[in-house]
Amino acid sequence: MRPAIDTSAYGIHASSTASERPAPSAARNPHDTEAPDVVKVLREGDTLDPTTDPRVAPADVLRLYTAMVRLRLIDERLTALQRQGRVGFHIGSLGEEASILGSAFAMRDKDWIFPCYRELGAALLRGMPLQRYLDHMFGNENDPAKGRQMPDHYSWKAGHIASVSSPIGTQITQAVGFAWGAKIKRDELAVLAYFGDGATSSNEFHNGLNFAGVFKAPVVFLCRNNGWAISVPTERQTGSATFAEKGIAYGIPSVRVDGNDILAVIKVTQDAVARAARGEGPTLIEALTYRMSGHSTSDDPRAYRPEAGLEAWKELDPIARLRRHLAPQKLWTEATDAAIEAELEAELKAAIAVAEATRAPSLDSMFDDVFATPPWHLVEQREALKKGPRPKGH
Amino acid sequence: MTVMRYREAIRAAMMEEMERDSRVFLVGEEVGHYQGAYKVSEGMLERFGEKRVLDAPITESGFTGISIGAAMVGLRPIVEYMTWNFSAVAFDQILNNAAKLRQMSGGQLTVPIVFRAPNASAKQVGSQHSHAMEHFYAHIPGLKVLAPATPADAKGLLKTAIRDDNPVLFMESETLYNIKGEVSDDPDLLVPMGKANIVRPGKDVSIIAWSRMVHVALEAATELAKEGVEAEVIDVRSLRPLDETTLVESVTRTHRAVVAHEGWPYGGVGAEIADRLQRLAFDELDAPILRATTLDVPMPYNAKLEQHVIPGVARVLENVRAVLYRS
Ligand SMILES: Cc1ncc(C[n+]2csc(CCOP(=O)(O)OP(=O)(O)O)c2C)c(N)n1
Ligand SMILES: [Mg+2]
Repeated sequence: MRPAIDTSAYGIHASSTASERPAPSAARNPHDTEAPDVVKVLREGDTLDPTTDPRVAPADVLRLYTAMVRLRLIDERLTALQRQGRVGFHIGSLGEEASILGSAFAMRDKDWIFPCYRELGAALLRGMPLQRYLDHMFGNENDPAKGRQMPDHYSWKAGHIASVSSPIGTQITQAVGFAWGAKIKRDELAVLAYFGDGATSSNEFHNGLNFAGVFKAPVVFLCRNNGWAISVPTERQTGSATFAEKGIAYGIPSVRVDGNDILAVIKVTQDAVARAARGEGPTLIEALTYRMSGHSTSDDPRAYRPEAGLEAWKELDPIARLRRHLAPQKLWTEATDAAIEAELEAELKAAIAVAEATRAPSLDSMFDDVFATPPWHLVEQREALKKGPRPKGH
Repeated sequence: MTVMRYREAIRAAMMEEMERDSRVFLVGEEVGHYQGAYKVSEGMLERFGEKRVLDAPITESGFTGISIGAAMVGLRPIVEYMTWNFSAVAFDQILNNAAKLRQMSGGQLTVPIVFRAPNASAKQVGSQHSHAMEHFYAHIPGLKVLAPATPADAKGLLKTAIRDDNPVLFMESETLYNIKGEVSDDPDLLVPMGKANIVRPGKDVSIIAWSRMVHVALEAATELAKEGVEAEVIDVRSLRPLDETTLVESVTRTHRAVVAHEGWPYGGVGAEIADRLQRLAFDELDAPILRATTLDVPMPYNAKLEQHVIPGVARVLENVRAVLYRS
């Protein structure tokens, strides 16, 4: 029996009969992106599917290509800095660039983004300066987070980027509340909430979707199904065949998209934003992609997953796929990547040098922002710390 | 006796108890195939199989509640959190259910369960990953809270915890997992709860600590010895139940005390100990009891700032000198 909900936008996932469902764990199989319900634009033979093509201006496509290449290089460099002991931690997005940049691109400037922790690309696309990011990675005096947060836990209010938060899932309900609050205030905006496949097990995922479904909050839920939650594969995360069908249960139109096809990601996200803008509420997007690297600089994936599985995904590399589309139109040539790299290299080198040479935040600064106004006991602690030993203890 | 690391001692305790009692099982994120975020459960999946070593989906409140249910039906779960920080997501299950089911059901339902994870500061893990959670949990009637500092105590206390019929919270430390020490091979050697350990006797001042801070206190005592001060270092080990007697006796000998712990000062276990000592040994005290704690701010990431926030040897010394009126 089909649930009485409208999924006509994509005509999918209303099915609940076992025979119609893809096999569990299929999300980890690259061929699953070929399933009929999965939205795609980039086709074999370098043509675009005219029924789904979001018709992005060539200049923008090139900008996104550049952003993907830059993001990958930035990840490489940060990982190297971590290995050298110069930054404490990095969490990258190798292989997931299209899911991240495509969805961020589809949002309007006034919309807010509630990141998980793997969406640096979204912040950079919004214009977060590289210097600002590196200051954060070194936790120095110019770090907007004032050296308080772990690396890759940035926030950027001016760019409408909320704070990365470590505990899994917390941003999901916050995004819903932000979107719902904005609707109450008649601020006409939508909110993009990023999270991983693992986060769908958290309370926040279920609470967030439920509330958004009931109150028609203008949220775009973007689940990056990258196959893994650290060492746990998707089939040990859920018994459902897909993550998208969880949205259906909450009365939310849900769609699977080829997450390594940036144009397809743009298409489904734009549609979701349009729905939100029409007052029709939330959408859940499951982007099928793959975490090509370890979870972060803290783990070695060779300990828990066979390298062989990567090969098939390399064929679906989001950058290579867009390149194959750009090349015939002469938007990409052999020289393009080298030029992007040379330009980024100069920027990165300078920014790293500045960030590394900038001193730590002052001791005083630790006591700021704990409360709106520092209470007497923090003022006392601050003064004591500056003066040295305190006679009456802490 | 075997020399082993703290993490191995914890593993040995779990494995021995799982051999001994088929009702005991381990559940948590990454405990099976990945062998634990800190490799505490290495080899356990292989030895006990997927029924007794379970990789849980990412939902602390979920697998905490599920384990409480399993304990109610008669199993004896060991729940591992990747760190105690993430137990915050499961706080309601621990506070409102694990701690109270026995009491609320008039003793009909029981929850024999162990919750364990690394606790307090690690190195540069920022404001959301550095909490000393023992203070939150020791506040709650119905919960027992242990915080061993050595491999021997880690093994002996964890075995006691697993055999206990109450919910027991077991505070480990990322900074201690690699330390080595002699550990008994006797599978029936249990370290009792509610017994503090005098790890260094002294007559001039009592330094009261647990977990990592015991090692910091011992370093401070070595420094103090150079100044002719003989500090007694007490490893509390068991925060609830608390060995009041050993603490009072120590202060009765030394007349001065500093409680050294990680975590914020406001309303912490150190404040509880200070309260008891001033009530029970008021006439013995020659100085107010002081506390060397984490500063009263969320933990910064920057290494330079972090080292000022986490209590170290200098802060312990500073407070000891103050109670000795030497500063
Ligand atoms: C409440 C909580 N529990 C555990 C963790 C540890 N942890 C960090 S990332 C992660 C995996 C998340 O996987 P997923 O949601 O799929 O996102 P991905 O890393 O794949 O992008 C886990 C378990 C955490 N940060 N918060
Ligand atoms: Mg994932």
